[in-house]
Amino acid sequence: MTLTNLPEPDQEVVARSSTIIKDLEQLVARDAVISDEEGRRAFEADALTAYRQMPLAVVLPQTTEEVSKVLRYCQQNRIKVVPRGAGTSLCGGALPAADAIVVGVSKMNRILGVDYENRAIRVQTGITNLAISEAVGAQGFFYAPDPSSQLACTLAGNIAMNSGGAHCLKYGVTTNNVLGVQIVMMDGEIVELGGPHLDAEGYDLLALVIGSEGQFGIVTEATVRILRKAEMARPILLGFDNCEAAGLCVAAIIGSGIMPVAIEFMDKPAIEVSEAFAKAGYPRDVEALLIVEVEGSEDEISRLLSYIVEIVMPFDPKAVEPSTSPEQSERIWKGRKSAFGAFGRISDYYCMDGTIPLARLAEVLPKISQICANKGLKVANVFHAGDGNLHPLILYDANNEDEAQRAELAGAEILKLCVAVGGCLSGEHGIGIEKRDLMGVQFSEADLNVQMRIRSVFDPDWLLNPGKVFPLEMSEKAGAAGSRLRRFPFERIA
Amino acid sequence: MISGCAERGLPIEVVGSGSKRAIGRPMESAVTLTTTSLRGIALYEPSELVMSAGAGTPLSAVEVELAGRGQMLAFEPIDLGPASGGPQGAQTIGAVFATNLSGARRIQSGAARDHLLGIKGVNGRAELFQVGGRVMKNVAGYDVSRGLTGSWGTLAVLTQVTFKVLPWPEASVTIVFLGLPDDIAIELLCLAMGQPFEVSGAVHLQAAVAERLDHPGLKSRGKSVTALRLENFANSVATRKQRLKEGLRVYGNALELDNRESIEFWSELRRLSVMPYGPSLLWRISTKPTTAPKLVAGVKRYMPVKAFYDWSGGLIWLEVPATDDAGTAEIRRVVAIHGGHATLIRAEPAVRASVEVFQPLGPAVERLTRGLKEAFDPAGILNPGRMYANI
Ligand SMILES: Cc1cc2nc3c(=O)[nH]c(=O)nc-3n(C[C@H](O)[C@H](O)[C@H](O)COP(=O)(O)OP(=O)(O)OC[C@H]3O[C@@H](n4cnc5c(N)ncnc54)[C@H](O)[C@@H]3O)c2cc1C
Repeated sequence: MTLTNLPEPDQEVVARSSTIIKDLEQLVARDAVISDEEGRRAFEADALTAYRQMPLAVVLPQTTEEVSKVLRYCQQNRIKVVPRGAGTSLCGGALPAADAIVVGVSKMNRILGVDYENRAIRVQTGITNLAISEAVGAQGFFYAPDPSSQLACTLAGNIAMNSGGAHCLKYGVTTNNVLGVQIVMMDGEIVELGGPHLDAEGYDLLALVIGSEGQFGIVTEATVRILRKAEMARPILLGFDNCEAAGLCVAAIIGSGIMPVAIEFMDKPAIEVSEAFAKAGYPRDVEALLIVEVEGSEDEISRLLSYIVEIVMPFDPKAVEPSTSPEQSERIWKGRKSAFGAFGRISDYYCMDGTIPLARLAEVLPKISQICANKGLKVANVFHAGDGNLHPLILYDANNEDEAQRAELAGAEILKLCVAVGGCLSGEHGIGIEKRDLMGVQFSEADLNVQMRIRSVFDPDWLLNPGKVFPLEMSEKAGAAGSRLRRFPFERIA
Repeated sequence: MISGCAERGLPIEVVGSGSKRAIGRPMESAVTLTTTSLRGIALYEPSELVMSAGAGTPLSAVEVELAGRGQMLAFEPIDLGPASGGPQGAQTIGAVFATNLSGARRIQSGAARDHLLGIKGVNGRAELFQVGGRVMKNVAGYDVSRGLTGSWGTLAVLTQVTFKVLPWPEASVTIVFLGLPDDIAIELLCLAMGQPFEVSGAVHLQAAVAERLDHPGLKSRGKSVTALRLENFANSVATRKQRLKEGLRVYGNALELDNRESIEFWSELRRLSVMPYGPSLLWRISTKPTTAPKLVAGVKRYMPVKAFYDWSGGLIWLEVPATDDAGTAEIRRVVAIHGGHATLIRAEPAVRASVEVFQPLGPAVERLTRGLKEAFDPAGILNPGRMYANI
C-alpha cells in the first residue's frame, strides 16, 4: 500500500541530524533520546503497517517540563514533531517522517490522583486506557471509553483521536469523558484547559484539542471522568437470515427506550472466520449476528432481555440466545472479541472505519461486498452497529503489491459510499495519512479552511504531525504560509 | 449581510429570539441579526435518535416534535429567560448550543455540547461552512461544532444544528431529604452519584431558595431541599429507589415525589424559577462538587447569599445583593481559592459593562481565544465584546 504520498523530507533538517540529536541529549535525560538505527526501527510505523518511515530521532520524555524543552527547541530550530502514544493508530496518525522527531509519552504513565467523591481521576497521558479502569476497578468504578486496543493504547492517543469503543453507545466517546488536559504547545508553553469541574470557561478549547490528531500540542496530563460500574451486564445473541432484518432490529431496539451498552454486528464471513478460530458456538446458518448487551441488577437484566426478545420477534430472528450465566456471556463475547485476531491468522486485512446512518445499513452492506468483489477481494464486517460505525475488514495479501493497492482503492470507495449516504469518513480511527486525501469528499474548501485556520492558531508553523489530516498540497501551502507569517508578521492581513 | 458588515467593520449583534440578551457584556452594535427566520425541522429520524433544525427554531417547537415520538433532549436545556428578565420558553435551538446550556440531567447524560453532532454556519468572513454531520460517531476533521458551543455568537452565526435525541424514560421518581445543611447535603449527593443506580438529577436548595418552589409540600417547610432523581423503566425505578433510600438512611427519612410531581419539580428547576428576576444579582459558578459548600461559605463571609446547587454540587446558582461591582472581586477571589469559574448572569447593564461578566482567562487561554476569534471573525464584527473586551 503506497498510494498516499508522504511529504518530501526537508534535506536541510536531515543534514543537521547529528547536531539535533546532540542538542536533544542536552535537554532531556540521556537515555530518553533514541538515535540508533535499531532503536528507531521500533517506531517506524504504527498499526497501519503498510506505511513505514524512519524518524530522525525518538525522544521519550519523563516529565512535562522535558516535553516543553524539546518542543521549544524544535520550534526554534524548525524541526517537525510527531507525537506518539503506543503506536496503535490504524490511520497512520503516528507515522514518523525522516525530517521529524518522534516525541512519545509512553514513559509518562503515572496516576496522579483519584477522587472518587467527585468521580474523576488525574493521570499522565502515557497510561494505557485499560490501566485507568484497572486502577479504580476495586472501588467499583471504570473509565468508559473502551477501544478494542485498550490493553495497549494510551490515553494520549485516545485524546488525539477521540477514540471510541463498544461501550460508547451508552457512555459516549473520549470527548464526552475528558474534563481537562495539560497540553504543551509547540513553543513550549504549558497550558491547562478545563479542570476537574464539568464545564470549562470561555470557548470550548478542550473540544478542539480532543480529536486534533496530535496537531495542536502534546497532551501530557488529563483529568477524566470515572463512573460507577453497573452491577452486572449480560448479552443476548441474535441471528438473522438477512442483514436488512438485523439492521431494522437495531433501530427498533434503540428506538424502544432501552439503552444497551453495546450492539455489535457480525456478518456471515465474519462469523465463519471467528467460529473456525474461537468456536464460540455461533449459529452457522445465519447471514448476520447481533450481540446486544444490557446492564443493571440481575432482575433488571432479565426483564430487559425479555423485552428485547419481544422487540425482535417481528423481525423473524433465526437464533435468540439470551445469556443466563457469566459463562454463557463470556462465550457469546468470545467470538466477537477474537474476530480481528482470527482474521489476522488467515489473511492480512485492511480495517476500515466509516459511519453511516443506521437506516442505510441494509443498502450499504451489499454495496460494500460488491465494491470489494469488483476488485477481486473478500470483505467481512464486524462493527459497532448501535451508532452505525462500520468496520469492513478487507482481506488481501500484503506481499502482493497489486492486491494491496486494490485493497486500498476498495477502502477509499467504501468511505466515499459512507459519505454519499450521509455518513462520514471516520467514526473513531481518525484521518491520519490514510484518509487525508479523501477529506475533500466530505468537506468543501471553505469547510477545510475553517479547520486549517484553527490549526494555525495552535501551531502557527505547522510543525506538529505534518502531512496528515488535510490533503497534502493544502497543508503544504498552509504550512508554508504559516512560517512566512512568522517571519514577516506584517504580512498578516485578514 | 455579514460580508457587507465585514467590509465596513460594522458590529453585528447575533440573536436567536433574544431571550438571553441581558446576559453578557452590553454591546454597541450597528445591526442586529436574528436567526428566527431560519426555523423548521429539516430532519428527524426517531429510530436513529437524530434531528436537524434551523438555528432559529424555537426550542419549544423542537421539544413538542420530539415529545410526539416519546423523545427528548436529554441534556434538559435550562431556560435563562425568566431569571434574566427575558421571556420564558422563547429561546431558539441554535442559542441553546451556542451557549451550551445544560440542565440537571447533565451529570448523567452529558451537556448540550455532548449532544451536538454537526452544524452549518457563517463565520465573520461571510463564509458558509459545515462541520460534523448527522451520524453519532464522527472523527473526520477537528471537532469544530463542539468547539463552537459556548462561544455566544462571537465566532460564527449558526444556521443549522444537528443533534442527538433520546427516548423519554418510562418513569421518573424523586426522593427528597429536608433540612440538611449544605455540606452534608453535598456529601449525600456525591455518595448517591457513586452508586450504580444512574441518578439523573442531584440538587440541593437552601431553605431560602426552596421556599420559592411551587410544590406545596416542599415550599412551606422552611427547610432546605436535597433531591435525587431516578429515571428508567418503572420496575427499575421502583427497586432502585428502595435501594438508594436504604443506602442513604443515615441522612434521615426521605420523602418521595411520584412520577407527575417529579416531572413538575424538575421542570421548575429547568426554568430556574427559584432564582426569579429581581434586583438581586445572579452568578453561575462551576466547581468541583465537594468544594462547592466551602466556596459558598467563603462568599458568605463577604455578602449574604442564597444558593441553589445543581450537578451534585458542581454547578452553583448564587444570588447576591445588588452592588455596583456585583461583588466581583470577592467572588472571583473565593473561586480562585477553590477552583472553578464564575459568570455573572444577571445584573444591570451598567454593572455588566464595568466588571468582567465571564471568568477572566489565563494568558495562554486568552491568546488561543483571541487567535480563534481572529481565525473566524478577523474584522471582529460578531457580537464584539459580548464575552470579553475586544473579542
Ligand atoms: C487491534 C486494534 C483495535 C482497535 N480498536 C479501536 C477501537 O475499538 N476504537 C478506536 O477508537 N480505536 C481503535 N483502534 C485504533 C487505536 O488504538 C486508537 O486510535 C488509539 O487511540 C491510539 O492510541 P495510541 O496510544 O496507540 O496512539 P498512537 O497510535 O501512538 O497515536 C495516535 C495519534 O495520537 C497522536 N498522539 C499520541 N500521543 C499524543 C500526545 N501526547 N499529544 C498529542 N497527540 C498525541 C499521534 O500523533 C497520532 O496522531 C484500534 C487499533 C488496533 C490496532
